[in-house]
Amino acid sequence: MTDSPAHTITSYDDDLEKLRNLITRMGRLCEAQIMGAVNALVHRDAVAALAVAAADHELDLLEAETEQFAIQTIALRAPVAVDLREIIAALKTSAILERIGDYAKNIAKRASVLGHGGTMEPMVIVPEMARMVAQMVASVIDAYIARDPILAQEVADRDQLVDDFYTSLFRLMLTFMMENPTRITASAHLLFIAKSLERIGDHATNIAELVIYSATGERMTERPKRDDTAFVSGANI
Amino acid sequence: MAESPQMASLSDVVGRHNSLDGGKPFIETRNLEFFYGETRALKSINLSFPESRVTALIGPSGCGKSTLLRVINRMYSLYPGQRATGEVLMGGENLIDAKVDPTELRARIGMVFQKPTPFPMSIQENITFGVRLHESLSRQAMDERVEWSLRKAALWDEVKDRLKSSALGLSGGQQQRLCIARTIAVKPQVLLFDEPTSALDPISTAKVEELIAELRADFTIVIVTHSMQQAARCSDQTAFMYLGEVIEVGPTAQIFTNPREQRTREYVTGRFG
Amino acid sequence: MSRLAARRKLTNLVAAALSSLAALIALAVLGSILWTLFERGFPALRWSVLTTSMAPTGENGGLANAIVGSLIQVGIGMVIATPIGVLGGTYLSEYARGSRLGQVTRFVSDILLSAPSILIGLFVYTLLVATTKTYSGIAGAVALAVIAIPIIIRTTEDMLSLVPTALREAAAALGAPKWKVTTLIAWRAAGAGMLTGLLLSLARLAGETAPLLFTSLGNLNWSTSLGKPMASLPIAIYQFAASPYEDLVQLAWAGALIVTVGVLAINIIAQLTIGRRR
Repeated sequence: MTDSPAHTITSYDDDLEKLRNLITRMGRLCEAQIMGAVNALVHRDAVAALAVAAADHELDLLEAETEQFAIQTIALRAPVAVDLREIIAALKTSAILERIGDYAKNIAKRASVLGHGGTMEPMVIVPEMARMVAQMVASVIDAYIARDPILAQEVADRDQLVDDFYTSLFRLMLTFMMENPTRITASAHLLFIAKSLERIGDHATNIAELVIYSATGERMTERPKRDDTAFVSGANI
Repeated sequence: MAESPQMASLSDVVGRHNSLDGGKPFIETRNLEFFYGETRALKSINLSFPESRVTALIGPSGCGKSTLLRVINRMYSLYPGQRATGEVLMGGENLIDAKVDPTELRARIGMVFQKPTPFPMSIQENITFGVRLHESLSRQAMDERVEWSLRKAALWDEVKDRLKSSALGLSGGQQQRLCIARTIAVKPQVLLFDEPTSALDPISTAKVEELIAELRADFTIVIVTHSMQQAARCSDQTAFMYLGEVIEVGPTAQIFTNPREQRTREYVTGRFG
Repeated sequence: MSRLAARRKLTNLVAAALSSLAALIALAVLGSILWTLFERGFPALRWSVLTTSMAPTGENGGLANAIVGSLIQVGIGMVIATPIGVLGGTYLSEYARGSRLGQVTRFVSDILLSAPSILIGLFVYTLLVATTKTYSGIAGAVALAVIAIPIIIRTTEDMLSLVPTALREAAAALGAPKWKVTTLIAWRAAGAGMLTGLLLSLARLAGETAPLLFTSLGNLNWSTSLGKPMASLPIAIYQFAASPYEDLVQLAWAGALIVTVGVLAINIIAQLTIGRRR
């Protein structure tokens, strides 16, 4: 989107800038939380996992601050058009980021439960998936800062890859569980971790939609497909 | 009362909903240009004002929005050296044609001004003044007309016991509603509002805006305002004007959520000059 | 407090003292005139002054013929001047804004406003007295009218130009033609001011002497005939004050008091009218 000139009332720009900073901080923190949780899983580091779970509180606080500040800005500035869209997008984005943080926390908790269960084959794929979704979150925050609908669209397109990844992991886990009935508990945890990562990818896509709406005023035309494990039956594994 | 076919039914008022759906063009301008002496103040204006809808004209000072209003009811013809070319069409008739009698035209197109302008006479006389110019009514019919217009302007209950006292004793907000009553008493089809609340306090402003929303059922309304919030609150269609041109026109909701033009966007978000 | 503030305070004090002094001087002059008038005029004011006509010294004459003469001439003068002045002022304010004819009219009217009144007396002398070969009450009334016209034009135009354009536009926007906007709205809105203008010019006429000297001349006898010389208060004062007889000088003082009180009354009425209308 073309860069708009400054507001006649310059403190209005300061408010919008503050809102952008809050979202950026939340985004960067989410990225770190995802990687932290997955690293704790890979390294079987229960302490690191607990640290990730504890850090989620900061995201909750940031979300509360963003929400409160967005409401205040709406009340005091009566924003319209691009400003209104940006503030509404920030409000929704902060809620989504908080949700992403919850998933990271959930992954960290499962990581600490898995403990020293020995390595499983699918465990190798999970960090790769985590890097992908963490990168999506990073990119979508970049797109948000730059108000760049093209980059946002590109992030949304990447979600398909994550979904494909998840679908193949799902099949892999089912096979693994059938072959190793003693590892079912651990496998179920791992499956939920994979599902959480897949959901984070969806949420990053939602943020991408908000960035596009905020920048152009248009809704994203085609929603990318979700994971299709719902259509996976025992017959076609 | 029998002679007020324009009176809104309750469902009209309750069921109203800001939209442009179903509003046929009531007034249309085609290649309208306006000159103050040599200065071209309006440049090729092509606008359509839908029937029973509120159109807001917004834009920075000097953009020509008030001028456009004053062309529609030929107010400019009071002053030498001002002229308009092009067409202002209402029911197939070009209103700025010299053959159209401006005094008769103004009975069809009423106007309310920026500052309340009560005449220095009683409340009742303020209303009968305009009606007498165009109709000769019996005393009873006139009394009914006075009550009808005051009720319509949401002023009746406040002034019914002092119709004979001077209009200058009313508060600013009441004076403005009296001016609205006086205008609709003539039974025009179109109401032009030129910044009608810029001299009023917030409560009076809200009353006038509520009134505009109610009058929408019976009149085609054009409102010039400096308050973008006001345009957003009480219009169905908004036109943004700049330097004598219409930059963008569209449904109010679109203009205030997703304006298409860069200059409209800058203006409505407060990034102008 | 800083030195700057102290200096400002001093400047303020000096300015206030000087302007109060000037106001006091003006007031003292006026007070002294009024005091002298009352001191000398009041004892001479007897009922017979108002009821009997002038008479030679020692015969206890009054000023009745002069009072009535003044009333007639001022009255007729106003009757002539009011429509011309009001319509002229209306023309300047409502119809001739910025036009060439309007500017010329306004300029000429302003010259007439400041012309010495004796010249106006001479003008009417040439016009009415020289041609009819007789001084007359009507000539006096015409001379007074010529003085009043530019005053009324000026006040009418000024008062009408104070009427907000928005009010005229509001009336026009209801579909009122121009003449109705002018007569029903502009005149009504400016009414109090215009009336004040009329009363003030009436007061001015009541005290005019010079334009009457060559027109109605003055008359020692009771006469209400417009075709003959007519007495008036200012002329009576002028003649009696210069007389060597004490009783006639006394009568001049009484006349001066009557004129002053009359003018004062008109002024007070004028002020009250505006006050009440506001």
